[in-house]
Amino acid sequence: MIVEEIMSRNLITLLPTDKIKQAVVLMNKYHVRHIPVVDKEYTLLGIISDRDIKDAAPSIFAQDREFEEFEKPVHEIMTKNVIVAYPLDFVEEISFTFYENKISCLPIIHKGKLVGIVTKTDILNTLVQLTGAHQPGSQIEVKVPNVAGKLSEVTKLLSDHHLNILSVLVYPYKQDDTYRTIVFRIETLNPTKAIYALVEHGYEVLRPHITDVIR
Amino acid sequence: MKHDALFVYSPDFLTYKFNAHHPFNQLRVEMTYDLLKALGALSDQQVMKPRQASVEELKLIHHDAYIQAVQKASQGLLSKDEGLNFGLGTEDTPIFPNMHEASAYLVGGTLTAVDLVMSGSTRHAISLGGGLHHGFCGKASGFCIYNDSAVAIKYLQQKYNARVLYIDTDAHHGDGVQVAFYDDPKICTFSIHETGRYLFPGTGTINERGYGNGYGYSFNLPLDAYTEDESFLYTYETAIREIAEFFKPDVILTQNGADAHYHDPLTHLYTTMETYKHIPKIAHELAHKYCNGRWIAVGGGGYDIWRVVPRAWSLIWLEMTGFTLKEDLLPKNWVDKWSKRAQHPLCTTWSDPPNLYKKVPRKKEIEEKNSRTLQNLLFPIRGTERNKNVT
Repeated sequence: MIVEEIMSRNLITLLPTDKIKQAVVLMNKYHVRHIPVVDKEYTLLGIISDRDIKDAAPSIFAQDREFEEFEKPVHEIMTKNVIVAYPLDFVEEISFTFYENKISCLPIIHKGKLVGIVTKTDILNTLVQLTGAHQPGSQIEVKVPNVAGKLSEVTKLLSDHHLNILSVLVYPYKQDDTYRTIVFRIETLNPTKAIYALVEHGYEVLRPHITDVIR
Repeated sequence: MKHDALFVYSPDFLTYKFNAHHPFNQLRVEMTYDLLKALGALSDQQVMKPRQASVEELKLIHHDAYIQAVQKASQGLLSKDEGLNFGLGTEDTPIFPNMHEASAYLVGGTLTAVDLVMSGSTRHAISLGGGLHHGFCGKASGFCIYNDSAVAIKYLQQKYNARVLYIDTDAHHGDGVQVAFYDDPKICTFSIHETGRYLFPGTGTINERGYGNGYGYSFNLPLDAYTEDESFLYTYETAIREIAEFFKPDVILTQNGADAHYHDPLTHLYTTMETYKHIPKIAHELAHKYCNGRWIAVGGGGYDIWRVVPRAWSLIWLEMTGFTLKEDLLPKNWVDKWSKRAQHPLCTTWSDPPNLYKKVPRKKEIEEKNSRTLQNLLFPIRGTERNKNVT
C-alpha cells in the first residue's frame, strides 16, 4: 500500500503571515493538531502543532488578560525543517518514520508542492483495514512452525471448508522463534469447523482455544 | 385489549433450513412451542399464524436487486458468482430451495407480531422465528437472509409513526439492524455482545454511536469473554435503564439471541439461565414504564438448541404472561420426547446446575473492564451528571 492511497487531500493550511490566533481557530474548527504553513504556491515552509501554540501561550494562571502573543505571525513559532514523505512511499516505510522521529503527522510533497497529509490516525485506520476488522468475520490465531509452506497448508484447510479469508497477518511467535503466529480473519459466524480441522491436523489454535469450542 | 400476550408461530418457520449440518436450526422454535404446551402455559387461543412478508415490505430495507437474487436462488437459478456478490451460497448462508419464501415468512412473523401489538389486540407479542440481525440491505451475512427486525422497525416507523427502542441481547453484535438506522435519531439501537476481537462480526465497539443526525442513538456494550452472569446483568441492566430513560420509546423490540450461555458452542460469555430469567423481566418492566406495555420480542442466535434455547426462550413467554413456575423440573413428557433426538443429555430443570463450569480465574479483572466499558458507553447521556461519582 502506498501513501497516496491513504493520505488526506483536503488540506487546511496557513500562510506564514497569518496570526497564531488563526491557527487556534482552525485547529478547533477542524479538530486537527497540525497545520502546514505554505506560501501562495503551496510550497511547504513549516508546520505548526498544538504544542507550538501551547508553548507560545501564556500560563493558564494569566487567563485574565488578552493574549497579545496570539497576534504574532505563525512563522515565528513554526517548525521549519519539516520531515516529509512522498505519494509513492510505502505505508510501512512512513510508519517507521513516525516511530523513529516520534512525530504524529507527515506532510506529503509532490514536485515541491504540498499535496496531502498523513497522520498517526490514518496509519491506525490502515491497520484496521489490513486486519480486515471492518468486514463481518471471525478471527483465529494459529501457531505454526517457522518453515516454508505452513501458510499454504493452513490456508488449504480453510479452503477445503469453503471459508473465505478476509485478511492474513503473519508475525513472530514471541516465546519461541522456531514458530510463527498466523492471524486469519475469516468470513463466517462459525469458526468451529476451521478450528477442529486445524487441531486435527496438529496445529495449535491459540485463540479461540479448543477448550472453548468443545463443552 | 383482549390479551396480555400472543405467540406468533407456525411449523412453517422450520422451512428456514440451510442444511442438516448447519448450526442455525429452527427446530429450537418448535421445541420451545412444545415445551410451553407441555407446561400448560400456552393455549391455542394465544397462538397466531404468521404471514409471509410481501416484496414491498422487504423493500423497506432491502435492495431490489438483492431480493431478486434471493428469489432466483430460491428457484435454483442463481449462478455461483452472482450469488457470492450478495453473500448467497457461502458456508454461513448456503442456498436452499424456496429460501425466499422461508425467509420472507420469518419477516412476516415479526410483522404479524408488530401489527398485533400496535392494533391493540395484545400488549406483548413474540415471534421466535425472527431476530435475523446480521442481514444487510444488499447482502446476506451470518446465517441471515432478510433482516426481519430492521424491516419491522421501518414498518413501525412508517405505518405507526413510532419511536422504536431496539434491544439486542444476542452474543453477537446486531450489525445489520444498527447500520439500517445509523443516521436516524428516531430509532435507538442497543446491542450488548461479546467483544468482536475474535468473535463475529467484529464490529460493535463503543465508538459506534451513529452518524449524522443519528449520532448518539446507537449504543454498543462489548463485553469480555468469560463475563458470567453477574457482570453481564449488572452492565446490561444499568445500560438499558439509562438508555430507555434517555430515549423514551413508544415501543420496544427485543432481539433475544440465546447464545451467550456457557453451553453455546460459538461464543465465550459464560452466562447461565440466570441471565435469561432477568433479560425479559427488564424488557417487560421498561415496556410498561415507557410504552404502555408495547413490547415485541423476536428470537435470534442460539446454537445449543437442546440444552439452552427452549428453556431460555420459554422464559420470555412466561414473563410476558406472568406465568409462575410451580416447580424447577421441566415437564417430564417434554424431556422424554426430545431426549430421543438430542445430541446431549437434556437439562431437566429450569435453572442450571450449580458449578456448571470451572471458576474463571480472571473474574475481577473482567468485571472491572466491563464496568469501565459501561461508564464510557453511558458518558454522553449522563451529561451534566458527569462529575457525580458514578459507580
